[in-house]
Amino acid sequence: MMRQSFIAQLEELNNKVIKMGSILELSTNEMILALDNTDVGTAKKIIDRDDEIDLLELLIERECINIIAKQQPLATDLRKITSIMKIITDIERIADQCSDISEYIIRLSKLPKITAPKNLSDMISATKKMVIDTIDSFVEADLEKASGIITSDDEVDGYFHKITEELSETMQNDPKMVPQCICYLMIIKYLERMADHATNIAEWIMFIITGDLALG
Amino acid sequence: MSDLTKFTVSDLNLFYGNFQALKNINMEITKEKITAFIGPSGCGKSTFLKTINRMNDLIEGVKITGNITLDGVDIYKDMDAIRLRTRVGMVFQQPNPFPMSIYDNVAYGPRIHGIRKKNVLDEIVEKSLKQAAIWEEVKDKLKKSALAISGGQQQRICIARTLAIEPEVILMDEPTSALDPISTLKIEDLATELKQYYTIIIVTHNMQQAGRISDKTAFFLTGEVIEYGETEQIFNKPRNKKTEDYITGRFG
Repeated sequence: MMRQSFIAQLEELNNKVIKMGSILELSTNEMILALDNTDVGTAKKIIDRDDEIDLLELLIERECINIIAKQQPLATDLRKITSIMKIITDIERIADQCSDISEYIIRLSKLPKITAPKNLSDMISATKKMVIDTIDSFVEADLEKASGIITSDDEVDGYFHKITEELSETMQNDPKMVPQCICYLMIIKYLERMADHATNIAEWIMFIITGDLALG
Repeated sequence: MSDLTKFTVSDLNLFYGNFQALKNINMEITKEKITAFIGPSGCGKSTFLKTINRMNDLIEGVKITGNITLDGVDIYKDMDAIRLRTRVGMVFQQPNPFPMSIYDNVAYGPRIHGIRKKNVLDEIVEKSLKQAAIWEEVKDKLKKSALAISGGQQQRICIARTLAIEPEVILMDEPTSALDPISTLKIEDLATELKQYYTIIIVTHNMQQAGRISDKTAFFLTGEVIEYGETEQIFNKPRNKKTEDYITGRFG
């Protein structure tokens, strides 16, 4: 095997992305638990963890730029490095959205409890599956799993519209619930964005594997 | 000078007759790292490399001022050239094996230094060829002529020949410019491997090669060192506009 040090650098880069992914997975899982139980402590933990993700993003960016400057990566290597630079932006955004949702969990904890929207837990499971699948399909270079993520995005969008209508109805029926409903509205918007970013990641993973760029 | 410094070059000037080829070079070369010299033809990088091994001060018409120290000792004033060259080996652009067997090429240096015992020589030859990452390819044909193998293999034999006298420093003057990409990458991997034990200085026309393997890079232009620093810094954020122009191909 040649170019040992270059190959080692690529491996190191890959491991950092996986590490970033696993921190995201942890935050996503905890965010769901925190939302279920309106758990302020966990919500705060997620917000604090965001710095870790930001730092990793910076380190990975720096490493990618160095590899491009010093190693002239080509073909699969080039696709991988350029895609990683895009993927980490989306990972960082998803982590931000976990924090944003956590802020609304804290806000909800200060308001009288209302029943969560009917389809919320389904929307959460679908979004969570998308996020976790992106990390898995990156690790396993799994084309099928990556393209499955893209299909799931429609499902999440569907839940978003259903829940929006439900919340709108609740607010019209009982204006006292408006503050809580607004929190839920923001939360589902963030979930919907998380799914969009997961879709972006999936497209970059497909590009790494196939070399074909997706449209839009 | 810190413990990590192998060479210290101070106010070095070199003249070929009236022509000044090196202008006031000041540089510290770090131990057990790869330092690359880049720059266009005629910039002085090869001339400078040769001054480190005292290969041009005995040429008629060459005048050198300033000094170079190796581990603190002045190589021009306080060291003879033969002693210096056992500590500082050199590999050239064209592979230049001697017209003799692979074994004899590698054993040549140790024999000159008085080693005669066959088992000792066998050991040195095997160790050197292994270090030069060519043992597996030639172990069954050590008695064959070193001229009967490929250019890439010849260059690694030359590296093995250099390693056989256990130098501390290896100078490489465009060691891969006559080789194909695969042999080039083999030599690059080898250099990266060898830097654990040796200080390596490489002159290369291939800027990307400097990027791939070196820890530090010096950019030469018309006999001057324009910029010298960590390779990462030189390639990502050169401080001097001339360096930037050269490495981005906007030069001339």
